[in-house]
Amino acid sequence: MRPLLTEIWVYLAASPLLWLTVTMLAYLAAYWLYRRSNFNPFVNPVLIAVAFIAMLLLATKTPYPRYFEGAKFIHFLIGPATVALAIPLHAQMQRLKTMWLPLTVALVVGSLVAIISGVGIAWAMGASREIALSLAPKSVTMPIAMGVADKIGGVPALTAVAVAITGISGAIMARSLLNALRIDDDATRGFATGLVAHAIGTARALTRSETTGAFAALAMALNGVATALLAPLLLKLVPLG
Amino acid sequence: MLNALAVLLVFQLMGEVVVQWLDLPIPGPLIGMLLLFAVLTIRRRVPDWLRDTATGILQHLMLLFIPAVTGVILYFEQLGDDWVAFVVAGIVGTAISIVVTALTLRLMLARRKVPSP
Repeated sequence: MRPLLTEIWVYLAASPLLWLTVTMLAYLAAYWLYRRSNFNPFVNPVLIAVAFIAMLLLATKTPYPRYFEGAKFIHFLIGPATVALAIPLHAQMQRLKTMWLPLTVALVVGSLVAIISGVGIAWAMGASREIALSLAPKSVTMPIAMGVADKIGGVPALTAVAVAITGISGAIMARSLLNALRIDDDATRGFATGLVAHAIGTARALTRSETTGAFAALAMALNGVATALLAPLLLKLVPLG
Repeated sequence: MLNALAVLLVFQLMGEVVVQWLDLPIPGPLIGMLLLFAVLTIRRRVPDWLRDTATGILQHLMLLFIPAVTGVILYFEQLGDDWVAFVVAGIVGTAISIVVTALTLRLMLARRKVPSP
């Protein structure tokens, strides 16, 4: 006798294969839309794929840890991919040599503004101290951000939300903002996008050009270090509340 | 491709070792990236097999963030009534930061280009 559909579902839902495949297909579909839109930033593949998967998880009452059993194979590749950013970065070596001072100044200014802006706005809008502080490290990749949040009295889980909002909204807004400012230098565009919108911004920057991606990768790495140093220091100088 | 993947993993591993050893507040892969960058700078040339694999992986970098960002949605309810302030602060703060960073870098680069008398 053939197994019932529900039995097949019970079997598949417990195996990593299902959610790994769903993640791949959701991305491919989202990427197809992204390409069809001629890489319109509003058609962000991460946002579309995540919205689809989240709805599917809710509809099937699948707990996140079970989803992650499959998705972790993709998640793991963030490590090697981050290392791979050294290659486009190396291609910019000649330009980097002549730009180190402007880049350092922009790094410090950008890092400080990224830390202060989110906290300040949330604070002004009446958010609790804990919630406002969770926004401080929003411009760096998740592992750094969650570590910093823990150190300065934020909530690491909320910081993860802030990091995702920043990455996705930054990747979406960067092009319009930079066009409005009439900044057409790819190095400047990439540096601003990567510094603020970390890896998701860097992924977006790579769709413009290799140069944009390289400077985004550089800014992301440097701001990771800068935020880890500056955020705790800043909070000592200006204790909120 | 396997050679390239092995190189990337080795540098990630070295990055992790450095981070654990020096107790740095930075993820291992970022150190791995800087280490590989340093080695490439010394060697001056990137082998084609490494460049091809790196380009291939980076072309679909967005795929890799989907699992983590999906997990984040679960935390959203912890925000309670503060979620509006949180989302507004996140998005507006991001826009301000991009504008200020880009303007600062443009200003600094323009100053540099002024020829000295």
